Parts: sequence; structure tokens; C-alpha cells
Amino acid sequence: MSQSNIMPGFRPTIGFTLIYLALIVLIPLSAMLLKTFQLSLDEYWAILTDPRVLASFRVSFGSALIAAAFSGIFGFIIAWTLVRYPFPGKKLFDALIDLPFALPTAVAGIVLAAIYEPKGWIGKLVMEAFGIQIAYKPLGIVFALIFIGLPFVVRTIEPVLQEFDKAMEEAAASLGATRLQTFVKVILPNILPAAITGFALAFARGVGEYGSVIFIAGNMPYVSEIVPLLIITKLEQYDYAGATAIGLTMLLISFLLLLSVNGLQWWVRRRSGQL
Amino acid sequence: MNFTKPSKQLLILIAALLISGTALAERTLLNVSYDPTRELYQDFNKEFIKYWKDKTGEDVEVQQSHGGGGKQTRAVIDGLEADVLTLALSYDIDQIAEKARLLPKDWQSRLPHNSLPYTSTIVFLVRKGNPKGIKDWGDLVKEGVSVITPNPKTSGGARYNYLAAWAYAEKTLGSKEAAKDFVKKLYKNVPVLDSGARGSTTTFIQRGQGDVLIAWENEAFLAINDNENGKDQFEIIVPPTSILAETPVAVVDKIVKKNGTQDLAEAYLKYLYSPVGQKIAAKHYYRPSEPEQADQADLKRFPKLELFTVADKFGGWAKAQKEHFDDGGTFDQIYAP
Repeated sequence: MSQSNIMPGFRPTIGFTLIYLALIVLIPLSAMLLKTFQLSLDEYWAILTDPRVLASFRVSFGSALIAAAFSGIFGFIIAWTLVRYPFPGKKLFDALIDLPFALPTAVAGIVLAAIYEPKGWIGKLVMEAFGIQIAYKPLGIVFALIFIGLPFVVRTIEPVLQEFDKAMEEAAASLGATRLQTFVKVILPNILPAAITGFALAFARGVGEYGSVIFIAGNMPYVSEIVPLLIITKLEQYDYAGATAIGLTMLLISFLLLLSVNGLQWWVRRRSGQL
Repeated sequence: MNFTKPSKQLLILIAALLISGTALAERTLLNVSYDPTRELYQDFNKEFIKYWKDKTGEDVEVQQSHGGGGKQTRAVIDGLEADVLTLALSYDIDQIAEKARLLPKDWQSRLPHNSLPYTSTIVFLVRKGNPKGIKDWGDLVKEGVSVITPNPKTSGGARYNYLAAWAYAEKTLGSKEAAKDFVKKLYKNVPVLDSGARGSTTTFIQRGQGDVLIAWENEAFLAINDNENGKDQFEIIVPPTSILAETPVAVVDKIVKKNGTQDLAEAYLKYLYSPVGQKIAAKHYYRPSEPEQADQADLKRFPKLELFTVADKFGGWAKAQKEHFDDGGTFDQIYAP
């Protein structure tokens, strides 16, 4: 087999990949699975259908979905601006986009809470103008997740836009397409796969995000309690089986969602003739 | 730089010497504690290290770990090698004795005063001038009063808060049902549930949330006296009745045997009962178990109020935990829609 490969080093690299997968992904996950087996199916079901657990699933997946959608739209606009228009301080702005990657999420959470709380700089203005409270409400979770998720979208769309041939737009325009038509029929199909990837990454990150959210969420049961917090709470009551049961379910749902996002991407690529 | 063979060996030798050198020179004690004891133990550790050096000539180091009581307990059960525990409630140490078997179940009888070198209680911290007129537990359920308290599932202090409110309600309203209704109303007034007492204090003081913070007595004093402008911003309200917070200490037998720190750990906790330890406790607003050892000026700061214990009102921690804080307990019930 190694002879039929053009690239050398097939065996060591595949060996490394498998060992890595086993150590970092498969073994921890199977340990989690084993722990869940301490529960009977009925017990597992009882934990999952507990109204408080269900509520936290709604909060986590709902806010991650909304935040990822926002990140998708605004991330595209930012990426577009960064690629297409020169402006002073662009390099600096470009570097700032990555900040949420590097910042400890707890720091992000504390800063966001301080700004968006009802007495904070922005929170106060929003409170006075619209009567909407951001921090310590479910809306605060969405804000934190947009902060965390935005760079994923920008960084996945940016390279695609950079490689995108402007001549295609010019051709569309010279053939009589309106600006809207050019955008919908030429630009969008080309960047949609990248945008979906960015969306999926932002969403997956948002579902699992803990550090930044707990500082701004308010953490009220049934209202603004995210799944990871509920897992921690269960652990602190020494309910390891319950915690892993929720964790496993979260893993399964995330996996299914990411799988369907990949399917969607494949379908989009096929339709736009990229496959 | 070019390392020839001998210089590499030399480096290894130096490294080995350094490592063994530090290991010989000092022993380290890890004190795993709950959230608001940071300042107390920072002070106490300094004194203890001095005392131990004078007594034995040995240099030792004391490390502290703080966090919500639940998290700390779980960390110890999961393998955090605590030489001594100084936790918020005996139930947490009971759990370590029971689940990890790191110390005998009768640990609480090994030190004087039920292993309580100091105790505390729960009081209210309000904004200056007490604009909402908070005087007693009953005022916390009034409409328009915003109350800050941590999550009793994860915080030991929050459990004292919850039980204190419950006991007040059961006594004044006459039944368990009424008490449950009371705490339900109280928690309707809580806009943020932090996981530990220090988090709630931050929410109240720095974030400006809430009209009243249900707080450890020492935490409330700390907010007023050790905070810039604390006296101009906040005041302490002492309710007529509250709960006696019994905050026990224990040596973790299995860990100290393994680490060879038994004599050190035992001396450390005994020193808490000494005049020096009692003085430091009182200075940091903990009520010393042997008040005659502490400074009179410090003792005068403690307000007099009627205190009841968890054993009196709830039949002990195991029972209280099961009835109120375990999954499906009253705390879960009051949040169910």
C-alpha cells in the first residue's frame, strides 16, 4: 500500500492520526459512555426528560443557533469589508477579529457583563432607550456567543472571498445583471459553503461555551441556565452518572447537527456545481 | 550555544540537585477551603509559617485553594490532595469521609468545639441608607426588592442563606408549606444565581445588582471595611434571628500520611485554636470559639442576635441536604414552572 502512495510516510502519519484520535477523542468519549451505563435506560430517560434539563437544552441550543445566525450574517459583512475595501487601520482591525480566540473566555464574560449589565455603559443606554435588559437575561447569553462565534465565520469566509474572481462579477454586470442578481446568483453560491462551515463552527462552539456565558447569563433555572452549567451543578452534587448522561446526550445532538450541516454543505456544493 | 557532552551532564546534575534540594528544604501543606476565607488564611498562614520556623527551624509553605464549597469538595473527592480542609459545612467533609474514605467518619470529634475553631452567621448587606427598608427576613419577599444570593446547589453559604430563610418562615408562618411558599417568593426576587458566595458579593458590589445581599457575616464586614468607599455605599442589617454557620476544619488522614505532613497538618489546625489563631479569626470577622483569647475590640463588632443551628431546626445536614438541596428537593420544586 505504501508503494502505491505518491506521498511518503503513509504508515507513520496514519499511525499518528489513529493514536491521536484514540487518546484525545475516542478513549475519553468511551469513558463517558461507560459511566452512563451505570444508569438503566429508565433512569437515563428520567434525567433527560426532567423539565429543568429540557429547559437548559432549549436555552443552550436556542441561543447558540440565534448567535450563530447573527455571526453568519455579520461575519460575512465584516469579511466582505476586510477583503474588498481598503481603509485606514485595516491591519489592526483585522488582528482584533481574532481576539476572542485568544482571550480567556472568563475574561470575555466578565467584561461583557460589566458593559451590558443594566448599569453598564451600553446596557444602561439600551435599558433607557428600549427597556431591554441584556446581561443576566437569556439575551446576554446570545451576546456572549456572538462575541465568541464571530471570528469563526469571518476567518472561514475571508479566504474564499479573497480567492473569488472579481471578473465573474464584472461578467455578470456586463451581461445585464442587477446588483442584487449578481449577489444572489454569483457571489452567494460561491461563498455559501464557507459561510455554512463558519456557521457550524460558531454554533458548535456556542453550544459548548461555558466560561464567558456563566458571567452574563444570570444562571436562573428554567430561564437562563445553560447545559454545561447544569452538568457542573450535577457534578458538584456528586451525581457523576447524571452529569455524563446529559453530556452524552449533548454530544449526540451536536454530532447529529454537525452531520446534517455537513450534508447541507455537500448539497449546496453540488447544486452550485463545485463538486 | 554548543553543548558538549560533559556540559549536558552537568546541567542534568544541577537540575537534579535543584529538584531534590527544594524537596528536602521544605514541606508544603495544601489547605482546601471555601470561598470567603481567602483573607483569613492569607494572614493566618504567614503567622503559622513564622511559628513553625521558630518552633522547629523548618521552612514550610502553605498553599490555599478557594472556591464554592461544592466544587472544592468534589475536587478533593476526585483527587485534589488536600492536607487540611477548612470548609463551610460539616456535610461537605462528611461527603469526603463517606465517598472517598480519606478520613474517618468521626472526624468532627477529634478537635475542640466540634472541630469548629470559629463560626459565622448570615446577615444582610444593603445599599447605604437602606432605601428598601430591609429589617428582617420577611422584607426579602416584598415586591420590588431584588435579592442577591448564590445557588444553594453549589455554594455552602447559599445553603445557610436558604435554611435561615426557611427556618424564619416556618417559625413565623407556622407550617412547612408556608415556608416553601416563602422561599419561592424570595427566589422570585433573585435576578442572578452565582455559583459561590464571592461571586454573589461581586455581583452586588461591583456589578451593582440587587437591593440586598444575603451574605456571610465576615463577607459583609469585608465589603464595608476593606472596600474603598465601602462605608459610604453599604450598610449591614442584622436580622433578629439567623443561622449559626458551623464552619469546621479537619486533617485529611490518608493524604497527610502519604505526603508525610501529619505533624504539620495537625499543628496547623491546632494553631487555629491558639490565641494567635483566635485573634486572627476575630480580626477577619469570624466569631472565635474561644472569645476570651481574642481582642475585645474585635469582639465588640459582632452584633448580638438569636442564632439557631442546622441540627436544631433541620435535624442535621444529611437530612437538610436530602430534603432541600438534592435533585427533586424543595429548592428544585420552587423553580419548577
